[in-house]
Amino acid sequence: MSISESNTNMNVIDRDGLDRLFEVLVSEGYLLIGPRVRDASVVYDEISSTRDMPVGLKDEQEPGRYRLHERGDGAVFGYVVGPHSWKRELFPPVQKLYQVQRNGGKPDMEAPAADVQKRALIGVRGCELAAMAIQDKVFVDGPFVDEQYKRRRENLFIVAVHCNEPAATCFCGSMGTGPAARSGFDLAMTEVIGGGIHEFIVETGTELGATMLDAVPHRESTEDDRVRRAMINETARQGMTRAMRTDDVHRLLTRNYESPRWEEVSERCLSCANCTMVCPTCFCSTVEDVTDLSGDHAERWRKWDSCFTSDFSYLVGGSVRPSISSQYRQWLTHKLATWQDQFGVIGCVGCGRCISWCPVGIDLTEEVAAIRESEHPAKRYV
Amino acid sequence: MSTIEMTSDMGVIGADPMLPSWYAVERVRRENHDTFTLELCACDGETAFGFQPGQFNMLYVHGVGEIPISISGDSERQDIVTHTTRAVGTVTRAMWQLKRGDTIGLRGPFGTVWPVEEARGRDVVIVAGGIGLAPLRPVLYSILHHRESYGNVVLLYGARTPDDRLFVDEILTPAVESRIQVDETVDRAVTGWGGKIGVVTSLIPRAGFDADEALAMVCGPEVMMRFTIEALQRRGMDADQIYVSMERNMKCAVGFCGHCQYGPTFICKDGPVFRFDKIEHLFGIREL
Ligand SMILES: Cc1cc2nc3c(=O)[nH]c(=O)nc-3n(C[C@H](O)[C@H](O)[C@H](O)COP(=O)(O)OP(=O)(O)OC[C@H]3O[C@@H](n4cnc5c(N)ncnc54)[C@H](O)[C@@H]3O)c2cc1C
Ligand code: SF4
Ligand code: SF4
Repeated sequence: MSISESNTNMNVIDRDGLDRLFEVLVSEGYLLIGPRVRDASVVYDEISSTRDMPVGLKDEQEPGRYRLHERGDGAVFGYVVGPHSWKRELFPPVQKLYQVQRNGGKPDMEAPAADVQKRALIGVRGCELAAMAIQDKVFVDGPFVDEQYKRRRENLFIVAVHCNEPAATCFCGSMGTGPAARSGFDLAMTEVIGGGIHEFIVETGTELGATMLDAVPHRESTEDDRVRRAMINETARQGMTRAMRTDDVHRLLTRNYESPRWEEVSERCLSCANCTMVCPTCFCSTVEDVTDLSGDHAERWRKWDSCFTSDFSYLVGGSVRPSISSQYRQWLTHKLATWQDQFGVIGCVGCGRCISWCPVGIDLTEEVAAIRESEHPAKRYV
Repeated sequence: MSTIEMTSDMGVIGADPMLPSWYAVERVRRENHDTFTLELCACDGETAFGFQPGQFNMLYVHGVGEIPISISGDSERQDIVTHTTRAVGTVTRAMWQLKRGDTIGLRGPFGTVWPVEEARGRDVVIVAGGIGLAPLRPVLYSILHHRESYGNVVLLYGARTPDDRLFVDEILTPAVESRIQVDETVDRAVTGWGGKIGVVTSLIPRAGFDADEALAMVCGPEVMMRFTIEALQRRGMDADQIYVSMERNMKCAVGFCGHCQYGPTFICKDGPVFRFDKIEHLFGIREL
């Protein structure tokens, strides 16, 4: 489906309107979280205006490679996704679960207060919205609910951006998640730049979005705007070079637990866990217990964890998955196959982060294709 | 945001499944040189604790850590919560040090249950290896309470040495008195042991049960379960008559941490007790 039919409620704001929108959100109590440059990559952190953002930058991404370049224009959203994902706002990398004070009788336990900070996420891409919907299934859809996650989620205002220029590592098109944002936003923007124009065509996804937009100078979209927007989106869709076939991937991977390809990939994989850290859907965590010197005050922290460690599967006497081949197999098979059994959706949104940030450039789309290839497709798929 | 419901009440946070409740150690019992049983009472003195045989709790030792331990007590008693643990590492050794009156954090009960109800009217084969008898003890209590509801009941138990045998007074002796056929073996004998020596699977061929209709419940190390299942299948039992309790590293027990995945399953919520036909296709896969 193309996005052109999805919404009739469309308005246009200009370049200054974007900063005006940010001011409105701040005055409504929102903390702005958006893209900014740190250590030569685009990360997500607090911003106060578009001055903090990677204006005029573009990312070049390849397996094992990420570089920022000047674009030569003033585009505000002229890059795609970097090493951060929004999951860090909802499922923080490090989070205190509770603290306990021992005092003889029943210990005093204190859990952190509910995080009631309202956050406005600026520049959320289609794949990232899909990733958030996937994590909702893990943390909110039960049977148990992560209350802190749920609270933070409820307090989000989401400004989505349709991607104009996918990176070479993107394959959201074949995962059905992008390059245009589809749902789950309050506002969604198409950046129009060139020929002396710099504007944002804004769709409204919620009442709240409409209210915020009302406080920003805007004009109604014209037929011209809508055509331009559809063309930009179509160009983005066609510009995507990478793809992954998913219709058979569940059966493919679950019948290939013994494929020699796992050994082959394990000779390249460093089990560095980068892929799991950058992935917007990976949700595994561990816990850490700390005490003060007296031992009476204890804290329990939850931290992101990765299936690429042998501790991850440790059972008394040893690890269940000590080898890199079984760790990689666990990751890929979970992400693409068993995730479907568990949550009814595939666990990958095609953002390509794990491809760019893998130090040795392992590409999951290539691994899946290689496993499929190893089965002699001519015989099995006619 | 649009994808999840807004709650009307934004001020109060709901019950957090990661937060423990406090229990006091009522009684410590040393079962053998490394295994002990803790009887716990809710610190508020009021909360009744209900569970079903096969379920487990997450037990938190102050500042040390939190681990999954099956409930080994009688499910018809709600005033105490009983756990039998083998001291093998950091948290279990810290638990071994606990004394009457000490507090422990508890979350639970979690997980699936043994088919105690489905087994009514049928023969039952219980096969336990070592500490594996602990998660099965609630089943034996149930059967002892309702002995007339079951057909032939067989308990096959393998321990490392005669001194390691668990629950001699609570289960092994009363079971025999209640017409449960108890057959035991040890890996290594000591002087004075007149019983069998060998692996627990060697007891299966001659055990008195009707393989066509019996249900089997198996708990022990994974290799022991594998050979037990093979022996049960050789007796003619089908995969859907056999139940096993699986173990994986576990940090949260509520499906968040991802550690306990076993193929498509989460041991914490889809297990730990599985009917074997549900996981048969995974069982032989190396390093899964
Ligand atoms: C559902 C379930 C029920 C269990 N029931 C019992 C029982 O009734 N009695 C009993 O003695 N043991 C039981 N175990 C095993 C028990 O949880 C481990 O022996 C215990 O976690 C070891 O912790 P440790 O810190 O002493 O060991 P360490 O060797 O120090 O282990 C370090 C950490 O690894 C993890 N870990 C290690 N082994 C296991 C394991 N087997 N399962 C899960 N996590 C592990 C724990 O987080 C542990 O703290 C059960 C395990 C599961 C999954
Ligand atoms: S598996 Fe890779 S491409 Fe898929 S969502 Fe995760 S990081 Fe993105
Ligand atoms: S696949 Fe790449 S990023 Fe992932 S653990 Fe292996 S080397 Fe690291």
